Parts: sequence; C-alpha cells; structure tokens
Amino acid sequence: MTIRESKKKWLACGVGLLWFLILLWPMLGITPDGLEFGNTLKVFGYVAVAALIIMLFYQVQQAGRLEAAERPLKAVGGAIQAAYEKTPTWMVLAVVFALAVIYPLLTGRYAHDVAIQVLVYVCLGLGLNIVIGLAGLLDLGYIAFYGVGAYTYALMSLHFGLSFWLCLPVSAFFAAIAGCIIGYPTLRMRGDYLAIVTLGFGEIVRIILNNWMALTNGPNGILSIPRPEIFGYSFRSLSSMYYVILGIAIVTIISVYRLNYSRIGRAWEAIREDETAAELMGVNTFLLKLLAYAMGATFAGFAGAFFAARMKFVGPESFTFLESAMVLAMVILGGMGSIPGVILGVLALVALPEVFRELELYRMLVFGGVMTLMMLVRPAGIWPAKRVGRRSEEAE
Amino acid sequence: MDFEFFIQQLINGITLGGVYALIALGYTMVYGIIQLINFAHGEFFAAGGYMGVILISYLASQGLHPYACLAIALVLAMGYCALLAMAVEQLAYKPLRNASRLAALLSALGMSIFLQNGLMLTQGVYDKAYPTEITSGGFHWGLISVSYMQIFIVALTASLLVGLNVLVFKTRIGRAMRATAQDKVMSALVGINSNRIIAVTFAIGAGLAAAAGIMVGLYYGSVSYTMGFVPGIKAFAAAVLGGIGNITGAMIGGLIIGMVEIFAAGYISGEYKDVFAFIILIGVLYFKPTGIMGENVDDTRV
Repeated sequence: MTIRESKKKWLACGVGLLWFLILLWPMLGITPDGLEFGNTLKVFGYVAVAALIIMLFYQVQQAGRLEAAERPLKAVGGAIQAAYEKTPTWMVLAVVFALAVIYPLLTGRYAHDVAIQVLVYVCLGLGLNIVIGLAGLLDLGYIAFYGVGAYTYALMSLHFGLSFWLCLPVSAFFAAIAGCIIGYPTLRMRGDYLAIVTLGFGEIVRIILNNWMALTNGPNGILSIPRPEIFGYSFRSLSSMYYVILGIAIVTIISVYRLNYSRIGRAWEAIREDETAAELMGVNTFLLKLLAYAMGATFAGFAGAFFAARMKFVGPESFTFLESAMVLAMVILGGMGSIPGVILGVLALVALPEVFRELELYRMLVFGGVMTLMMLVRPAGIWPAKRVGRRSEEAE
Repeated sequence: MDFEFFIQQLINGITLGGVYALIALGYTMVYGIIQLINFAHGEFFAAGGYMGVILISYLASQGLHPYACLAIALVLAMGYCALLAMAVEQLAYKPLRNASRLAALLSALGMSIFLQNGLMLTQGVYDKAYPTEITSGGFHWGLISVSYMQIFIVALTASLLVGLNVLVFKTRIGRAMRATAQDKVMSALVGINSNRIIAVTFAIGAGLAAAAGIMVGLYYGSVSYTMGFVPGIKAFAAAVLGGIGNITGAMIGGLIIGMVEIFAAGYISGEYKDVFAFIILIGVLYFKPTGIMGENVDDTRV
C-alpha cells in the first residue's frame, strides 16, 4: 500500500469518528438540566481507541509487517486443516457425538441450560437454513412457526392430555401447515417483497397469539405445561431434557444433511442460483419452494414443542421479530447453506454472550453490528457452504 | 351520533395517514433509487422522535417560547436524522452497491437492529414523555373535536409534502434524483454524481421520517425505542400500496393505510388494528404487485 492510500484510509477513519461524535453527543449530552460532555467523551473515547487500534493493525498488516507473526499462525492453521481432512469424517463425528453425550455428566445445571438453548437454536437455525440457505427465500417471520409448534404442544397436552411424543410430530405438522399457508401467497413475490411480507405474517401470528384470549390466554400465556414422559419415567431434570433436545437436534442435522444432498436439495439450490433456469430444466419451482417453507417450519415446530415442554410456559413475548432476527443472524454469521456453519453461528451467538454475561445489554447491538459487518467483509459466513454460485438476480 | 363518530374517525385517519405518508416517502425514494428496502428507516423515525423530545425539553428549560422550541427542535431533529441516514448509507449500503440484493437487505436489517439498540442504550428502556402542554386545546363541534395538535400535524405534513414535490419536480437536484433513479450509468455519463445523489435521497427521506417521529411523539405523548418497527412496516405497506418508487403513490398509500387502521380500530376491533395494514400489504402484493398508482418507470420515479 502506498503512503497516499494509507493517508486516505486514516482520513476516512478520522472523518468517520468525527461524524460518530456528532451523532452521539446530542443523544447523550443534551439534557433538560443543561449540556453535558463527560459521558459522551467517555463513550467516544472507548470507540475511538478501539477504532484506532483496529486501523493500526490493518495498516501494519497491509504493509506486510506482520508476516513474521502471521506465518507460524498460518502454518498451524494449515496443519490443523490437513489433519482434519485426513481423519475420516465418521471419526470426527463420533468424537463430537461422544462429547455431546457425556457433556451433562461433566458440567453443572447452568451449563445444561446453555447447552439446551444452543441445541434449540441449532434446530431453528437449520430449519431456517433450508428456507434461506438452500432455497434462497428470505424469511423474516420464521419464529412464527416456532410459536405455532410451542402453542400446539401446550394446548394439546393441557386440553387433551396427549403425551409429548405424540404431540411432537403433530406440532411439526401444524407448523408445516402454517408454513404452507404463509408460503402459498408469498411465492409469487420477488426477494425483497417476500422479506417484508413474511415479516408481516410473523407479526400477524404474534398479534393473534396475543389477543385470542379464549384459545391462547393472551399475553398471560399458558402455564404448567407438562414435561415429557416415557414408560412412567418423567424428564424432570435438566440433564434429561438435554438428551431429549440432543435427540431432536441430531434428527434435524441428519435430515437437513440428507435433504441437502438429495434431489430435492439440488433442486432448491438450483432455484436459489437461478429460478428461471431451474424451471427450464424441469424443476417444479412452485412446489419445491412451498416444500422449502414447509420443511423449514417442520423443524421450527419440533423446536417449539420442546421449548414449551422445557419452559413449562409459553407466552407471545417469546416469538417477537427480534427472535427471528436472532436466528437469522446465526445462520448468516455461520454461513448460509452450510450445516457446520450454522452450528458454529449458533455457538458464537448463544454461548459467547453467556460467557460475557455482564455485557448482556449490548447483546442485540452486537447482533445487529455483526450482521452488517459479515455482509461487508465475509458474506459467505465463517464456514461457507461448498456449493454456492452467483445468484442470477445479481447480474441485473 | 354515528355520523359524528364517522367524521371524527376521518379526521383522526387523516392525521395518522399523513404521518405514515411522510415515513413511506423515505422508503419509496430509497427503493426507487437503489432498489433496497431500507429497514433502518423506521429507526430514523424513532431517532427523530427522541431527538425532538430531547431538544424540546432542553430548549424549554432555557426559557424559550414553546412554539420556538418546537420549530427549532423540528429543524434540528430533521438535520440530525439526515446526518444519521447519510452515515448509515455510507457505512452499510454503499460498499454493497454491487453485491447481491440479499446481502444489502441483511445489512439493512443488521443496521436496523443496531440502531434500535443504540437508542435503547443511550436513552434507556422506558418511554420518554413528550411535553404536551405546547399544543393542548382545540375546537369542538358537538361530539367532534379537533385538537390544535392535529391541525398542526396536518398542516406541517401538507407543507412538507408540497415542499418535497417542489424539490423533486422543480429543482436541479430533483431532476438529478429522477435521472439517477431511471438509469445510474446514463446519469453518471451526463455528469451526475450518483453517490452524492443517493446520499441526498437518504438524507431527505430521513428528515421526513424525523418530522413524522416528532409528530407521533406529540400525538401519542411519548416515544419509545421500539416505536420505529411497526410504523415502519405499515409505512412500507403504504409505499407498496401506492406503487413503490412513486412519490404521489406513497402519499396516497399512507393516507389509505392510516384511514384503514383508524376505521378498523373504530368499527371492527382495536386489538387487531395492526393486522389490517399487513393484510392490505399482502393483498396488494398478491393481486397487484405494482400498487394502485403503478410502479413508476417513467420520469416521475425517484
């Protein structure tokens, strides 16, 4: 990089920081008691120092001064990758599976709770991954299906006394029906209209859950939902619930994997890459897009039924748009269309915030920032899917 | 009685519809020029509402006349949101101009969540109350009442809409905006700096949204950090209803959505009032995706 380019970058950084200060001060500094600067300067100071450090690293790295440090890191990374590629996949999977099985024996209650949350989001993320990653349909109301699943189990078990294991497929079925109902009118729409309409549908479902007092008990939610039982054994403890969701998650992972590499998965990917071309090749785009919605919703329905059983309570507040956005952020961060990517994304966005518990307030701020940042620097995600081409609409 | 109720609802509908029209203009202008649903637009609206209450309280504490407070706060908040929108555009949308539409859309969504939480962190999670004494009082004819605030809102909305029309259809910069919306390459060839025009479009749209934010704050008496979300979708529905990219369409669409919401709340059910706007949106997109005024492709599109 020449000196001139470097100067230009520094200038842009400076202008950006100044702009940020202008935007920040009125929000923090103007109070009815008078103007105030201390707080603003404190926040600005943190941001400015962080920005300058990042900028410095970037400049040094661009100038090639970090190569001495980068080389061993790259060598280690390369060695790990080579080792990973050499070991057979089943061995890796077996180790991961074994770790997942003995996990509750090694850890405490709090860790179980986090792990359950991670696995629930894995199911949700993989379901959304079908819709957005494989079929390329942006769905912003995805959490509605989770809600449908949760309420189905809650109502079925309370009113008809049906067992969890019977309700699980029924919840998934109802969620899939909801997916078809939402999918059917939206399939004629272009990508960005689809986004806003699914968002609208998601809100409609939440408003209905919130206001249909007779069925859903409105904003108070439904209480005392029974835990799953099998042959008289009740899954009361957290660790036993962990095994339930682990089973559901494994089923989800295997099904999504099998779907991905089946005829249907290839057809979805063809639709994602170029819908017109796919239709010309004989892919029934209408039916397959509907199927993508239904399949995505099915997994959300499983996760929803489990969620209701785990919390013993469902309320409309669990199914807001922010929740949809969170699942979406996980899928994007990990890599759309890639199963290990989605799991990594979930781990990054559920487990990491648990580690930095005291920064809880900044969680959604970081989610939003990460979403934009990923699109800017690495749109394919941390662990990109192998089969992704250029979308046809980009050429427009 | 029934007739008076109807007239009252009509007046309320015009007030609310005008506010939606102002927000919808930002969506429609941005979509017209770079084909992007600017999810962060609802947050500009919320930021405008907050900026309004911050400035009005500060200026009032300095002993200014309430009307002067309101006028200065309005202008400054519009300017603030214009700066905010330009920053967001520069940071999150400009680098993605040639990327896929999905990437730009997700970047916009990320920005929306980011700004919403930024507002929460700087302003707190509780609603902020607007000083309502500025525009209290009104006229009464029998059961119909029109507050000064409603008159103020309608008058301000109307003048902003007229001002925007003059700007877009009568000035040089408006012509440049229309040219850029039609064809970026050709307009660049005749010497129009499209990046600057896009930034200006964002600034104008956000300024209008900020004005709407202040009016909503005055009308309902408080603002909250989540207030941008639902009006944002409704305004987008209005923009789609009027034919996206069409300025006149967005104004009419906003009025229709406002009317529908008020009448649905008055005659059918107040709890489900938000649902009707979404149903209209879905219905329009399903049966007439180009909107009632047509998705403009001739020179009136911005």
